[in-house]
Amino acid sequence: MLLKELSSLASPLSAGQVDKLKQLTAELNAVQLAWVSGYLAATSEQGVAGLPQTGASAQVGAEQTITILYGSQTGNGRGIATELAGKAQAQGYAVNLVSMADYKTRQLKQESLLLLVVSTHGEGDAPDDAIELHKFLSSKRAPKLDNLNYSVLALGDSSYEFFCQTGKDFEARLNALGAKSIAPLAECDVDYQAQAQQWQADVLEAVKPLVQSAGASVVSIASSQASSSNYTKQKPYTAELLVSQKLTGRDSDRDIRHVEIELGESGISYQAGDALGVWFTNSQALVSELLQVLELDGDESVSVGGDSLSLREALTNKKELTQLYPGLVTGWAELSQNADLQAISADKALTREYVNNNQVADLVRQYPAKVTAEQFVALLRGITPRLYSIASSQSEVESEVHLTVALVEEVRDGVTRFGGASQFLASAQEGQEVQVYVEPNKHFRLPENPETPVIMVGPGTGVAPFRAFMQERAAQGAQGNTWLFFGNPHFEQDFLYQTEWQQYLQGGELSRIDLAFSRDQEHKIYVQHKITEQGDALWQWLESGAHLYICGDAERMAKDVHQALLDVVVQHGGKSEEQAAQYLEELRAAKRYQKDVY
Amino acid sequence: MSEQKLAVNEYLKTDSDYLRGTIQEGLDTAVTGAFSEGDQQLIKFHGFYQQDDRDLRNERKEQKLEPLYSLMLRARVAGGVCSPEQWLAVDKIASNLTSANSIRLTTRQTFQYHGIPKRNLKTIIQDLDREALDSIAACGDVNRNVMCNPNPVESKLHQQAYAYAKQLSDNMLPHTKAYAEIWLDDEKLVTTEGDEVEPVYGKTYLPRKFKMAVAVPPDNDVDVYTNDLGFIAVAEGDELVGFNMVAGGGMGSTHGEVSTFPRLADDFGYIKAEDTLKFAEAVMTIQRDWGNRENRKLSRLKYTIVKHGFDKFKAEVEARTGIKFEPKRDVVIGDRGDRYGWKQGVDDNWHLTLFIEGGRVKDLPGQPLQTGLREIAKVHQGDFRMTSNQNIIIAGVPSGDKALIEGLARQHGLLGKLITETRGHSIACVALPTCALAMAEAERYFPDFLTKVEALQEKHGFIDQGIVIRMTGCPNGCARPFAAEIGLVGKAPGRYNLYLGASFEGTRLNKLYRENIQEAQILAELDTLFGQYASERQADETFGNYTVRSGVVTAVLDAARDFHG
Repeated sequence: MLLKELSSLASPLSAGQVDKLKQLTAELNAVQLAWVSGYLAATSEQGVAGLPQTGASAQVGAEQTITILYGSQTGNGRGIATELAGKAQAQGYAVNLVSMADYKTRQLKQESLLLLVVSTHGEGDAPDDAIELHKFLSSKRAPKLDNLNYSVLALGDSSYEFFCQTGKDFEARLNALGAKSIAPLAECDVDYQAQAQQWQADVLEAVKPLVQSAGASVVSIASSQASSSNYTKQKPYTAELLVSQKLTGRDSDRDIRHVEIELGESGISYQAGDALGVWFTNSQALVSELLQVLELDGDESVSVGGDSLSLREALTNKKELTQLYPGLVTGWAELSQNADLQAISADKALTREYVNNNQVADLVRQYPAKVTAEQFVALLRGITPRLYSIASSQSEVESEVHLTVALVEEVRDGVTRFGGASQFLASAQEGQEVQVYVEPNKHFRLPENPETPVIMVGPGTGVAPFRAFMQERAAQGAQGNTWLFFGNPHFEQDFLYQTEWQQYLQGGELSRIDLAFSRDQEHKIYVQHKITEQGDALWQWLESGAHLYICGDAERMAKDVHQALLDVVVQHGGKSEEQAAQYLEELRAAKRYQKDVY
Repeated sequence: MSEQKLAVNEYLKTDSDYLRGTIQEGLDTAVTGAFSEGDQQLIKFHGFYQQDDRDLRNERKEQKLEPLYSLMLRARVAGGVCSPEQWLAVDKIASNLTSANSIRLTTRQTFQYHGIPKRNLKTIIQDLDREALDSIAACGDVNRNVMCNPNPVESKLHQQAYAYAKQLSDNMLPHTKAYAEIWLDDEKLVTTEGDEVEPVYGKTYLPRKFKMAVAVPPDNDVDVYTNDLGFIAVAEGDELVGFNMVAGGGMGSTHGEVSTFPRLADDFGYIKAEDTLKFAEAVMTIQRDWGNRENRKLSRLKYTIVKHGFDKFKAEVEARTGIKFEPKRDVVIGDRGDRYGWKQGVDDNWHLTLFIEGGRVKDLPGQPLQTGLREIAKVHQGDFRMTSNQNIIIAGVPSGDKALIEGLARQHGLLGKLITETRGHSIACVALPTCALAMAEAERYFPDFLTKVEALQEKHGFIDQGIVIRMTGCPNGCARPFAAEIGLVGKAPGRYNLYLGASFEGTRLNKLYRENIQEAQILAELDTLFGQYASERQADETFGNYTVRSGVVTAVLDAARDFHG
């Protein structure tokens, strides 16, 4: 069981015991925690642990278990599913909470009650966790599921064309296979909290006549996570920012930062591959601009989530100002009564294009409207933290966590608009407070065997987790070969962590590096071209058991790299295109082909 | 054989397989913009130095970036003559393949590129090769670019002198195929052992750089006495009949080491024109055999001559050539400056000398110099000649094209700005931020400094008197500062040694007057001296001669004895 879930799940411990355990775990580092968990497991088997036995816990039959599956990329889905499990358990149900990635598809036939939480990415793509199950349900191998009751919660972003597509697919397939819906598909947008609460309540209500309450419960969480923390998205840790150092040269056209954050005595531990959630505050310049354009008084009191606070404070700390969403465009179209905006709002594609290319400040400038402070605040979504792949390993940096942050910066009509979190981090002063939490990503992990070769493809800020990987492997004294593919526009300006890679090469921790600097010559060269160029060696590495990792841009890079890999397998592995696809699919299923793309 | 350990470079040369080293591996290593330490010495023989932007060192360290390495490539252009087609190619390379985006004319009549990324080297060398230009032996322990008076006015004599310069240059080229293999993709030859590869140089080449110049009196623009080996043309009528040979000059020295010193060449005597190559080879091979290979600071020819004595050295030259020197002929050594503006040559063609401040051909705000020369090259029928003062001559313009060329020059700010005699005679080296040796600014600071000196000359009423002022960032002396009437040699940022007392013509060295001083003090010293000079100068007395006559400094007649004495 995850320690961080202690508070939300009905554990067999008393409140006092939970507090004591929390106090203890907060003091432990990752190694100590691993030891304690092993110690407790062993002692409980011997039946001498001080933990009270709850008797019925092991006796619940499969037909009475609620299985909750989650397929999650950013951790939101996992959070909802975990919360639901806790509630179900509190009501006395037996619960099996498991990631779709770890779920054995042949078990489907035995299920009687299945609750699914799944997100959607890019052009309607399933998250990595869900790919296999998604594929299985759509295939001829999928069994009849006449005895199954189910409900799906879909997470998505309505600014995308294929909103909640993966959830819709699950809904349609389960229905087609004969399963019975107990609550309608919940299609949740980026501000999903209220809807998710409602769905959780609905399904638990619908479950009542179907499943017998055992009066006690077991929650099995399939995989063990060494990453742990008492701090969550909702309850982040207030850390101290140590460094925000520009990594790109002075003539670079981009500003990429190396950010170091001190986790202090928080006891937060993370693993190479995990992400860090970062809460941020909006820039004062942006807030002032909005107040000025809207002719609103920053001192006016508004209500946000039941709390009363000043408009300035609400805009600074509580509301999303740098990302638009379709609902705001629609709302603003009504308020402004502007025909152009109404035309945009009426067309989904135009709306999507608009929200992708503008911020709140652009919207209110371009389409003036008279609005009250309360109206405005109500239209805005709540601020959400941003996730960054962690660029450090605790075996190297101990209580620090490092990030590689590209400052999102666009000039429109002579005005520079920044990304909320990246500007916050890029302009942060040494010692500034920053609220953070770890978002584990167990689908982006170094091979357990330190001898296993590792191929890392990480152009741009996608190189971040590979810095963590290299720190981890160097600390392990790992003997396995490592190969990094990196790319960016210019060698002289944009070679992120250049001197560190040079040291790793010199020390032999990094075996190879291949570089693609796209704009240093007339024709553009990207990492996929380097993969093609080194196809023979790459194939040899894969055949010798290498694990391959991709991190970075999902829209284009990851797809181009995937295609290049297919070509390599065809050309150097002597396979057909279909076989090549199968080959990569097998690598993926064997966790030898992992992606952290965004 | 000496008991002393040879200089590191000697082992590098020996083990380099005739200058190949691991340069090719260095080119294939994309993770760094640098070459390995050993190769950094060898690449000089191929014409380039590794540098980095020193202004950015600390900043980039924090950015987890290596220093901003780049290469400085110097071409080999004997006598500084190149065609408009060649100039256009040179210009295009500067624009497309270097980050400095400029062409730097040098004090040795060639051009160099700054800010070449390693990945572009091969393309640049191949592009140059297509235009029959190369950088072989433009740096390194070999004979460097041979200088020659570029004055096309006395056309016939110049042409003959130029032919000798070209011959000297071609004849002293290394024979190794390393350059062709690495840069031009020539097939790798099986290396033969020993003398067959380098019949003159051998495996270890020369102990140090070797510089030659051909002067055509009365001009001494090539600063002939500052070279290891110089040939001063002697004419009978229009015909070049022979040379006064001089040897043992060189500027380089090290601050605080009195065993090192700048030196002007000794007069050896007259030789017949047809024996020129024989003498050049004799001097070079004596230096190859006798030169100091233990301490690179003491390995130039000047130290070899001082160590063995002039008479012994001269006798050895005569023994190796089998020819005795004749007494030197009387020649007049005159001005080291360029003749700015239009001059008509004996063939009736016109020649336009353009002042290029600091030798930097670059598009500046309101002064698109690089574009200007490009536009001229597109229409020009004659050739371009780079001068030893870092300027350029548009040579061989028929009367009919004169207005066109002048129009282009004025339109692009190459012509029309009045410059003082002093500015026209003065030069500075590149120094910061690219030169690894620089201790202080030179090129970037020099124009403003000169403006302040001009104001002092104005104040004391002799603005029309030219003074040769030269500034370098270090005592290695690329801008020949020790042969300047006012020499400023960098010691530390903003601090210079002030040297006085060289002759205007470059026939006498200067001497240290004040050490390690800043601008305010330099200007205060000059203010005082200029005031004295203005009131005490004799008719036609140059500033350099005045400072010696009046006892401000003592004359340096024998460098080994007097320079530090």
